[in-house]
Amino acid sequence: MTMEHSPNGAKKTQVVLAVRDLSVHYPTPDGDVIAVNHVSFDIYKGELLGLIGESGCGKTTTALAILRLLQPPGEIAGGALVLNGTTDLAHLHATQLRQVRWRDVALIPQGAMNSLNPVMRVRDQISDSIRAHESRRISNSEMRERVSKLLRLVGLPERVEQLYPHELSGGMKQRVCIAMAIALNPSLVVADEPTSALDVIVQRVVAQNLLDIKNRLGVSILLIGHDMGLMAQLADRIAVMYAGNLVEIAPARAVLKEPLHPYTQLLIEAVPSIKERKPLQVTEGLTHDLRYPPPGCIFQARCPFVMDKCRRVRPPLQVVKPNHQVACHLYNAME
Amino acid sequence: MTAPLLEIRNATKIYGGGLLERTPPVVALQDLNLTLPASPAQIVTIAGESGSGKSTLASLVLGFAELSSGQILFKGTDVTRMTAAQKKVYRRHVQAVFQDPYAVYNPYYRVRHVFDLVIRNFGLTHDQAEADAMIEQALSVVGLQSQEILDKYPHQLSGGQRQRMMIARAYLLKPNLIVADEPVSMVDASLRALILDIMQRLRDASGISFLYITHDLSTAYQISDEMIVLYQGRVAERGSTVKIIQEPNHPYVQQLIASIPVPDPDERWASEVVLPSDEALRAQIQSGCRYAPRCPFKMDRCTAAQPPLIRVGDNHQVACYLYDEQASIPRAVEATSSWQP
Repeated sequence: MTMEHSPNGAKKTQVVLAVRDLSVHYPTPDGDVIAVNHVSFDIYKGELLGLIGESGCGKTTTALAILRLLQPPGEIAGGALVLNGTTDLAHLHATQLRQVRWRDVALIPQGAMNSLNPVMRVRDQISDSIRAHESRRISNSEMRERVSKLLRLVGLPERVEQLYPHELSGGMKQRVCIAMAIALNPSLVVADEPTSALDVIVQRVVAQNLLDIKNRLGVSILLIGHDMGLMAQLADRIAVMYAGNLVEIAPARAVLKEPLHPYTQLLIEAVPSIKERKPLQVTEGLTHDLRYPPPGCIFQARCPFVMDKCRRVRPPLQVVKPNHQVACHLYNAME
Repeated sequence: MTAPLLEIRNATKIYGGGLLERTPPVVALQDLNLTLPASPAQIVTIAGESGSGKSTLASLVLGFAELSSGQILFKGTDVTRMTAAQKKVYRRHVQAVFQDPYAVYNPYYRVRHVFDLVIRNFGLTHDQAEADAMIEQALSVVGLQSQEILDKYPHQLSGGQRQRMMIARAYLLKPNLIVADEPVSMVDASLRALILDIMQRLRDASGISFLYITHDLSTAYQISDEMIVLYQGRVAERGSTVKIIQEPNHPYVQQLIASIPVPDPDERWASEVVLPSDEALRAQIQSGCRYAPRCPFKMDRCTAAQPPLIRVGDNHQVACYLYDEQASIPRAVEATSSWQP
């Protein structure tokens, strides 16, 4: 498979992860839940790609699929996850995955700060994660230095290394999780809602920290979330998912200033404004059972612009403007 | 004249600090005053981040904790002097909606049972048909269909549905006041409007007041008329929500508003924020303004004594020496430098 052209026609930049036609199903006695449906996108070197959608849209499932951490009965039903142009993560077996995890791709899971081991000091947790994935033996003095350097990178004072998780605030715990994720200098960090449970100002500090790390280390970040406000602050490009399907993907500015897909427009308008008071934009959540997606467009039940064609023909994700892909019958493919 | 619905006078709550305690006492809330009139119904926001005392206030109003000093009066009666019967009335009229829709429900109870329990506990009716009708109406108010919901278990509902269920459950009692403690912070950003809209409708159509406790000022701006911003147990700024948001005076409130992520790439956060280390905060003042260690405008008098609430406009007060009549400093704006520990 060639990596010469990314699907959105962008100028050739190094692709860190090429997700091609990824599908994830959860088999149930009443039929397969189609959590991720033929999703394709690239993540470029040094970029922060925001993957946004409501709960149940498949964004966390996509993240877990990339790390091959899906819980049974969930399984990758098809597609490829090509890392750095060479390795298809979807087809690796356990030992090979161990080589890749943390060294090439790391994960900051949802609620990460709550999954820190309560009986281990910070330095021990960080060194534990390094030792588990580093192939060679590391001396204690080298480890101490690496832990120090990591804490500094995430803006935490050195004395944090000897503390237990319960002695840290939410924002500090989250930054420890970020430190663990970048410990082995991976090409890609998947961050699943890293600021969800945090206060507004702390969220800003942690978010700024993520950006800082991206800029300093050149690591690519797949940021998963549900808040367009946060995406606007952090993302280089934004990918929008609805009910397991990718519906729009473009540079952040294009998505925010000229959102094409009706669902993207809805996500932007639904953020309560701090600038002016206006009637609340009420919208409902998922409208169908993920086992039985409707024929045609996945968004038809909620779309204010639904046409007859939408109920019959599924719109493909296609380039409608330079660097801008959308899956919607309102738009024609760019010539 | 009718007694106010709720009157909180100089409410103070201190944790720890007893004779045998090794750590110093924590003043969770200090001298809070708040009056909610019997009518019209209002949505009053208590805003603040972790450690601000907002959840402590919720606990005090709901009767889950006792005041260290001060008073809480419900329709004129001091809550600590209530008879058991009066307490039951209080419980009925002051209901709650909590933050975590995943933790509040007993996983073994179907939705129907949750509502039946309420009806039974408060003796709302002994007639099954009437009970069914009440439940049906409560669910329709929050936009849930009884036939879809009643036989399900909590884990079969989405977070948003569970939150709406909690509101319906409170509404069943036709309370005067609902204390909503971060009701939408665990709900997707795009789905929050649905819940907030229900709150507004309950205020307008059913005359239910809300104490809306949150750290999210944008939602507060959209639905509430009055706001109190707390910082470490003390009021930083209070008054008209619109005025506070449009013209924040307290440096903390300014930073809070500036940190709200706006979905516009042209409105990115202007500068870096650095939070002071915990030690610096703890070493700080037992007296004086709580925000001083982080404040770019700190003056000597700030660490000497807690600033009083100073009136800066109609229905707008700030607890900050910058606004003392004697000070001639113009209204503070967010500085580009940040405090470094």
